[in-house]
Amino acid sequence: MSGIMARKLGMTRVFAEDGRAIPVTVLEAAPNPVVQVKTQETDGYSAVQVGYWPKKESRIHKPLKGHLDKAGAPPVSRLVEFPTPAEGVKAGDTFTVSMFIPGEKVNVTGLTKGKGFQGVVKRHGFSGFDATHGYHGKRIPGSIGQCATPGRVWKNKKMPGQCGNTKTTVKNLEIVQIDVEKNLLVIKGAVPGAKNGYLMVRKQIRRGGES
Amino acid sequence: MDELLRSVSQDQIKTDLPDFRTGDTVRVHYQVIEGDKVRVQIFEGTVIARRGGGIDETFMVRKISGGVGVERVFPLNSPRIAKIEVSRHGKVRRSKLFYLRKKTGRAARIKERRVYKK
Repeated sequence: MSGIMARKLGMTRVFAEDGRAIPVTVLEAAPNPVVQVKTQETDGYSAVQVGYWPKKESRIHKPLKGHLDKAGAPPVSRLVEFPTPAEGVKAGDTFTVSMFIPGEKVNVTGLTKGKGFQGVVKRHGFSGFDATHGYHGKRIPGSIGQCATPGRVWKNKKMPGQCGNTKTTVKNLEIVQIDVEKNLLVIKGAVPGAKNGYLMVRKQIRRGGES
Repeated sequence: MDELLRSVSQDQIKTDLPDFRTGDTVRVHYQVIEGDKVRVQIFEGTVIARRGGGIDETFMVRKISGGVGVERVFPLNSPRIAKIEVSRHGKVRRSKLFYLRKKTGRAARIKERRVYKK
């Protein structure tokens, strides 16, 4: 299992051969340099550290530069870890969109759009109350508990608060097409976050062993 | 729209479509798939709206069928559309003709637009 970091470009549609319109999200995944390969012996767990978000060399601090130079990686500002792919990698390799094949299912993780402090109707999908019949508390949560037993509000009670801006994973999204030349991933359906947001696209673990 | 985003569907955008606008009367040759047979159905009516751009562009056709108004939205670049024929050019002053829904008979007519070939 492995993955790649990508930038969301936006949504559009493509037509399938039989004429169906497929809603797709287009992601741009510039090659991710492998910065470090962590192994059980040296680090206590195995993973691949890759970099993304290219940055001017003069803008990155020296400790990071030293870390990147060890792998011969270009200057990047962020690092992320993926489980080591079964076929093996070494520092200095790159992860590109060619690791995916059209038709494959992937999981996409990203930060959802922040919506600020919201009430229960928007945040948790409560139904709200009648807009008519003389009632005035249209969007309030209503009762938040029982009586003397338990005499308190349950933990994790759904209440107003910060909505959005959370890390979310959408699973089982189909790869519709890839463009190796332009580093594009075309994925069926919607993915979290706004345009230009960074997303982690991960291959799925096949049952009966890693792929 | 982003250049890269557009490039994804660029080769699916049709270039052989006739030039038609809101108010025109068109015949849409639409492929209907029944089992494994493909049949071409013709939907003829007035274009009452065109919206969207690029691959997402759609147009709405309205016709009166058996005394009942029928409207269909077609994606302009759908591969199911075999052909679009313009049978009449209409002269209208707005881009969306939703007012036609409330008009019937003589009031729902559209003036013909003269088209001069260059």
